[in-house]
Amino acid sequence: MIRVKSLCKTYPDGTEALKDVTIDIAEGEFVVLLGPSGAGKSTFLRCLNRLVSATSGEIFIYNLSPITGSREDLLKIRQMMGMIFQEFNLVNRLSVLTNVLTGLLSYKGTISSVLNIFSGEEKIAAAQCLERVNLLDKALVRADNLSGGQRQRVGIARALIQKPKILLADEPCSSLDPKSTADILDFLKKINREDNITVICNLHIPELAIKYASRVVGVSKGQVVFDGKPEKLASDILNRIYGFKQPEQSDGT
Amino acid sequence: MEHNEDLKKYISSEKKVLSVKGISILLLLGIIFWLSARGSELSFSELSKGLPNMLDYLNRMYPPNLAYAPKVIWPMIQTIEVAIWGTTLAIICAIPLGFLAARNIAPLPIIFWLSRAVLNFFRAINEIIFGLLFVSAVGLGPFPGVLAIAVHAAGMLGKFFAEAIENVDRGPIEALEATGSNRIQVIVYAIIPQVMPQFIAYCLYRFEVSVRAAAVLGVVGAGGIGFELVTNMRLFEFQNLVIILLTIYITVVGIDYMTTRLRAKII
Repeated sequence: MIRVKSLCKTYPDGTEALKDVTIDIAEGEFVVLLGPSGAGKSTFLRCLNRLVSATSGEIFIYNLSPITGSREDLLKIRQMMGMIFQEFNLVNRLSVLTNVLTGLLSYKGTISSVLNIFSGEEKIAAAQCLERVNLLDKALVRADNLSGGQRQRVGIARALIQKPKILLADEPCSSLDPKSTADILDFLKKINREDNITVICNLHIPELAIKYASRVVGVSKGQVVFDGKPEKLASDILNRIYGFKQPEQSDGT
Repeated sequence: MEHNEDLKKYISSEKKVLSVKGISILLLLGIIFWLSARGSELSFSELSKGLPNMLDYLNRMYPPNLAYAPKVIWPMIQTIEVAIWGTTLAIICAIPLGFLAARNIAPLPIIFWLSRAVLNFFRAINEIIFGLLFVSAVGLGPFPGVLAIAVHAAGMLGKFFAEAIENVDRGPIEALEATGSNRIQVIVYAIIPQVMPQFIAYCLYRFEVSVRAAAVLGVVGAGGIGFELVTNMRLFEFQNLVIILLTIYITVVGIDYMTTRLRAKII
């Protein structure tokens, strides 16, 4: 359960990334935030786990607030939210397995994690996550030896090992070819259904949103301009989201 | 047609090299060079007057005193030993200082500025000057040389480290923060793996520089081959001197070669 009320974010340089955004998201939804680059979608996701601090407004994630909550609250929020990124954000020089294990760092003491000590159970958990994304054979390879699609799957495994309730996906396919894009989104859909993980995914391609979302939130210039079922995404709504000019009325009719 | 005129005007508004600004910069540079030549007493006539003396030096170096060669091996090794420990101590100091002097890691701005100030001070003062200070503090011998190199190299390495840390890719840091990792875990898992190859390359390069510096440090009484160098110069033993110069040359080239190969392997 995510409740966002009147969320605003203004960056120090004066950019108003979010203007009065109010959204409730229920458990198990597959929400696609749809909008052009720079609409504020990434900022919205980052406000949820406080990678970015909101300027004003309220956020509650299972009744915990990333804005006003304590450090422990923020830690709990981050533990229950996995996140995957446009540029995958793996640590290139570490093995795939270690990259997945970093998803468990918040549960570990600083000293044992600094010494790179992971228990057998933790390693098995990481291997199971890699098995789910079909990359077990690459576990001991360095992350920079993988293709883009494979890297994103490692990113998903790193999120899955957290056993998240919510998965934030920030343009997970923008750096990928169409085949890998379909693989990744199919997989997100699968964990959404099978594990009942709420997915909030930023995309900028309407066709993908229509295909995968259970609900589409159209974002334009920091504001919600559409919120509804993907079937309702008519062309005039897309025009509003993307700022296209309305087609001219005077062509012969 | 009018449009083409506009385009031409727009294109020709691009900055030209020989603008008023360009010419005044050239003029200013010319004045600086002229004044500096006067200040530093640059003189071709002095150079030509000194030339016979230099040829005389070279003449007296020949033939090199090969019998002296075994005696310079130990001082040369001592110089390398000074460089090894000077660089090692420098690395030990530079790692924490480098992290504290990196804008994206420093816990407080005041700590950032203080670490920067310390590093700048270490870097601004040459090894020879530190050498003179440490020789008068702990006495003649190689140990003040170790300290002199350690301090100056810590300043250099610390600044390199800080810059490498500031230039890391933010992505993995963000990803680890999102999992709930704490600051130290982020440093160990997202930053250190990224900067490690550069750190090692800098350290190897710095070792090269330290060997050269250690050779000179003997001149101010901090042991090693430099000490032999001044002694022989004072005694006008030019045939020994040439042996020392050759030894330094061979050692430095050899170490350059090895560290360059190692660096190429790492990066």
